[in-house]
Amino acid sequence: MSTQTSAADRLSRLLAMVPYLLTRQGVPLADAARHFEISEDELVKDLELLFVCGLPGHMPGDLIEADWESGKVYLDNAETIARPLRLGLDEAITLLVGLRTLAAAPGAGDRDALDGALAKLTEATGDAGRAAGAVAVDLDDGVDALVLSTVREALADRRRLHLRYLVPGRDEATERDVDPMRVVSLAGHWYLEGWCHRADGVRLFRLGRVLAAHRLDEDGTPPPHARSRDLDDQLFTPSPTDTLVTLDLGPRSQWVVDHYRPEHTEELDDGWTRVRLRTADTGWLRQLVLRSGGGVVVVGPPDVVAQVAHDADLALARYA
Amino acid sequence: MSARRTERLLNLVIALLATRRWLTKEQIRQAVPQYAENESAEAFDRMFERDKEALRELGVPLETGTHSSWFDDELGYRIDPDAYALPEISFTPPELAMLGLASRVWQQASLAGPASRALVKLKALGVETDAASLVGIEPRVSTNEPSFDRLYAATRDRAPVAFSYRKGGRGEPARREVEPWKISSWRGRWYLIGFDRDREDSRVFRLSRISGQVQRIGAPGTVEAPDDVDSHAMLREVVVSTPDRTARLRIEAHSGQVLRRRAGAPPHTGEVEVGFADVDELAEEVAALGARAEVLDPPDLREAVIVLLKGAAAAHPVAPRATEAAVRAE
Repeated sequence: MSTQTSAADRLSRLLAMVPYLLTRQGVPLADAARHFEISEDELVKDLELLFVCGLPGHMPGDLIEADWESGKVYLDNAETIARPLRLGLDEAITLLVGLRTLAAAPGAGDRDALDGALAKLTEATGDAGRAAGAVAVDLDDGVDALVLSTVREALADRRRLHLRYLVPGRDEATERDVDPMRVVSLAGHWYLEGWCHRADGVRLFRLGRVLAAHRLDEDGTPPPHARSRDLDDQLFTPSPTDTLVTLDLGPRSQWVVDHYRPEHTEELDDGWTRVRLRTADTGWLRQLVLRSGGGVVVVGPPDVVAQVAHDADLALARYA
Repeated sequence: MSARRTERLLNLVIALLATRRWLTKEQIRQAVPQYAENESAEAFDRMFERDKEALRELGVPLETGTHSSWFDDELGYRIDPDAYALPEISFTPPELAMLGLASRVWQQASLAGPASRALVKLKALGVETDAASLVGIEPRVSTNEPSFDRLYAATRDRAPVAFSYRKGGRGEPARREVEPWKISSWRGRWYLIGFDRDREDSRVFRLSRISGQVQRIGAPGTVEAPDDVDSHAMLREVVVSTPDRTARLRIEAHSGQVLRRRAGAPPHTGEVEVGFADVDELAEEVAALGARAEVLDPPDLREAVIVLLKGAAAAHPVAPRATEAAVRAE
């Protein structure tokens, strides 16, 4: 995780690191680095920075003392910043709202841990509790309660599921056996991520499109090579044989960028964005273009442009 | 460059925490060695302004005040160590795991920065996350609407706002003045619940219908929200209002599964009746089906679908048939 960190973010880490190190004299470099989710090299750079900072005057007695030669970290003379920095308002709000969202999500997490975290954080952040009340995230998407509980229980008990699933782009119902891996809520809708035996791969199934779910009597442990997608990476995983499409997205269609995670984005004028992404089939794209009324424009390849133009003309012909 | 700025900011924080009295800008300039690189007073002023802003963004409580023996306009700065510090908390590992999940709810939203910084700050407490607590339910929220950031801030700060709003259907945008009470995400969309000053009543606004920039029209702290705004109920009442209208659609057999489910219609019937409240929303569903569906009734829904289809068609002018060579050259 060594992306370019801004000075402010790095300062935030240092202000958290000093209290941590002061109360853990002799902590091994590796342990501290792991705790802060940085490499040991980055940690050493942080220590080297601390080493040259201190009280005004910057005489030897003013500077922070840091020693890590033995592979264990010792810190001294940093009294002014010995206490951790409090949470800012937005920081507290995001955590409080996040916890409340989890608390309202069906079967989410350890109830006691949620309640405990919420109570302690509310007390420690004073004002933020009230401000956080102004923001709410409602995850209820009208999913059939029986479907949701069947899926959650199968996940908890590691049982395989049989789903009748409505494939959106193709407007058809399919039957699949799935080993459940996790349940996620993305863009306000619940999905089951699981190993699909029919597709022989990890798939996301929108629970709202599950027509029926039955728990099977078979073990539902996914195969060892089944990897959960990084949710913050892609909702749809492309393969090199997919079609590469170029789209222009208008201001109201910017959500496509987050939802489909294109490989390339370019800002155009007037709030438009040009993106390139790969897709195995174009069914969903053709539907998206029509429903967007010009907010999603296919720029290339020409055969997809022609397909979409044809779709629109055929549809309009019904109203002629 | 970044390391130098970080050193400067750290020295600044230390100097402001260590002082027992207000420090003037000039004293700060002397106290922090990195400010010496500025050739002019103006350059230092600009650098100092940016640094103050960075500290504020991090939630460092910077105080300003004056000393009675100074000239009236001489500002002094300091950080009160008690205001600076995180109160004593101790989370258990499972609680910290929940906080990690809570933070990740915002990973795809514009508040991802504060959400992850919050976790970094909590690392000072030294608690290790208990990975076993992560049970496999992971919510994510996104903030795609351009108006989100400003409306979130105004709602948080309790400041009244004005914005241009287009009601459903083909309405013209109109200026609305609103006292924001709550901002809520549901089914992937953000809604503002607040007091509409012209209509003198509470209203729900869909952020995607706001155009242009949201403006503040009053000071923070002036909006009084009721204690018990039930966003859950209000959204359902307004957004998914009991379908009070019926549309007649012609759908090709075995097509339009989603609409058929909604209408409770079997897969093969040609004519389907579906209840709806929101013309725009149904128009999008029908348009998506292209030639496989047609609106028979009502006229405004039919018109809305035609507008969408025309928009899509106009954006893709039919070009001369693409040749193989042209396709390969792409």
